[in-house]
Amino acid sequence: MTPRTAVDTAAGVRSGSLRAADVLEEHLARVAAREAEIHAFNLVTQDAARARAADIDRRVAAGEDPGPLAGVTIALKDNLCTRGVPTTCSSRILEGWKPPYDASVVERLAAAGAVFVGKTNLDEFAMGSSTENSAFGPTRNPLDTSRVPGGSSGGSAAAVAADFATVAIGSDTGGSIRQPAALCGVVGVKPTYGAVSRYGLIAFASSLDQIGPFTHTVEDAALLMEVISGHDARDSTSIPQPAMQLRQELGKGVEGLRIGRITDLPAGADPGIMACLDAAFAALEAQGASVVDVQVPAFTYGLTAYYLVAPAEASSNLARYDGVRFGMRVEAPDTNAMYSATRAAGFGDEVKRRIMIGTYALSAGYFDAYYGKALKIRRLIANDFAAAYAKADVLLTPTSPTVAFEFGSKGDNPLAMYLCDTYTIPTNLVGHPAMSVPFGTAELGLPAGVQIMAPTLGEPVMFRVAAALEEAAK
Amino acid sequence: MSVHITKVDVAKVAKLARLDMSEADLDRYTEQLAKMLDHFEDIDALDLSGVEPMSQPFPLVNVMRPDVEQPTLDRDEVLAMAPAAEQHRFRVPSILGIDL
Repeated sequence: MTPRTAVDTAAGVRSGSLRAADVLEEHLARVAAREAEIHAFNLVTQDAARARAADIDRRVAAGEDPGPLAGVTIALKDNLCTRGVPTTCSSRILEGWKPPYDASVVERLAAAGAVFVGKTNLDEFAMGSSTENSAFGPTRNPLDTSRVPGGSSGGSAAAVAADFATVAIGSDTGGSIRQPAALCGVVGVKPTYGAVSRYGLIAFASSLDQIGPFTHTVEDAALLMEVISGHDARDSTSIPQPAMQLRQELGKGVEGLRIGRITDLPAGADPGIMACLDAAFAALEAQGASVVDVQVPAFTYGLTAYYLVAPAEASSNLARYDGVRFGMRVEAPDTNAMYSATRAAGFGDEVKRRIMIGTYALSAGYFDAYYGKALKIRRLIANDFAAAYAKADVLLTPTSPTVAFEFGSKGDNPLAMYLCDTYTIPTNLVGHPAMSVPFGTAELGLPAGVQIMAPTLGEPVMFRVAAALEEAAK
Repeated sequence: MSVHITKVDVAKVAKLARLDMSEADLDRYTEQLAKMLDHFEDIDALDLSGVEPMSQPFPLVNVMRPDVEQPTLDRDEVLAMAPAAEQHRFRVPSILGIDL
């Protein structure tokens, strides 16, 4: 059965033909049936959700309009602060912590009439590509439960794929929305850096993190972007411009658009994935777009730059988990011993590894060789993208080099896991928007995602292309 | 750059990062970090002279707000989430090796 979209849900609830309470119960029934197996959530907030849904129905009955997301069920990644509701980042160090405020996106979604179903599982502090690094156990891919949902927003992707919620919110630092979207066969958007307020998003790497939606359809993603984008004075990196209007772009088609094929893209994608990408180019050409060859020579250095910049920023951001203001504490006779014991007990293996590499890259004597160089590579990548976007309106690549992989298949080799993000990382380094749209099936009949990349604030053209691909995939 | 990270380096980094580590942890992280740093040597081939570093993707500078009072977080709600609080403050163990 095709899941009901956010657009249809809101239209139905606003007109009174659909009750928010009934919509919610359909989702909760699916959660009851499959969540024990999938583990998409760290917490299901069913009581609060029922109260909200009832309130929305009451407002509709009273002649009020609850907003553009009236009655739409939403799952929130558990690194988004929700006042009075536990927010863990899937880490022991924050277990039991209840934030004293809501993230801006949470406020905006609530004001638009959304119903929050729960907080979704992630790789601890969003560090990972499989959701295997959660302190509370992995999430399973609803399409094949022997496989990972991707990560780090694996719980959000799985929640949408299993229709536990109509849409979900995630965060993307190096691919953490797009890659799980691809592996779970849903739409995932990483907006332009600064387009969506990060106030209340627990920071991982501040020059890279962005919040974005997971949805079943491109139109739903556009609707969500219209609600969550736009300036917020509480985030000093927020771009001072109003919310994006994207649904109006969807019917415009791709006639005359130039679709870039990166001829020097790093190799390594599976044949089935590349076949889906080729089919996507052909589909857009058939709709009147032209395919142009471009080069992005520094693309291949993105991985190294990312694994220096992101851990460096993380080592600084995660210094706040010191057992003083929130979360757990391991008692010790003095503060230094307390910090070190608390952090050793509270952080998982991958988080420690990244704190270590980041601290090393920033330390005296190594700063220029590592972090300083990484920042210069960022500039090279930005310059190469600028040249490519002089010839092309958007660029297409695979989202992930493979389909969903099996649990434990990356073994104890961190680099093997890092390679999952080869195609998604460069856009984070330069702050551009990118999204993954399901397009066909690859190895083992599992879904493939095509990544559409666009220049800064290029969401309108990116969504036009996404809508065209979605149409062609039907 | 061919820097070879040693166990002594890793122990120093762990101390800087305030992470207690066992000998076994140090051995494992030394091996894993060395592998990563080897992989990162791909950038050694690049000529980066004259390239301006890029620290953030969308440069906004001097983001100011009007200097007017605004609501703040609720003090009691914040302190209720701390591992230890006393007299409206966060309580920590001894900081100077002297228990006052």
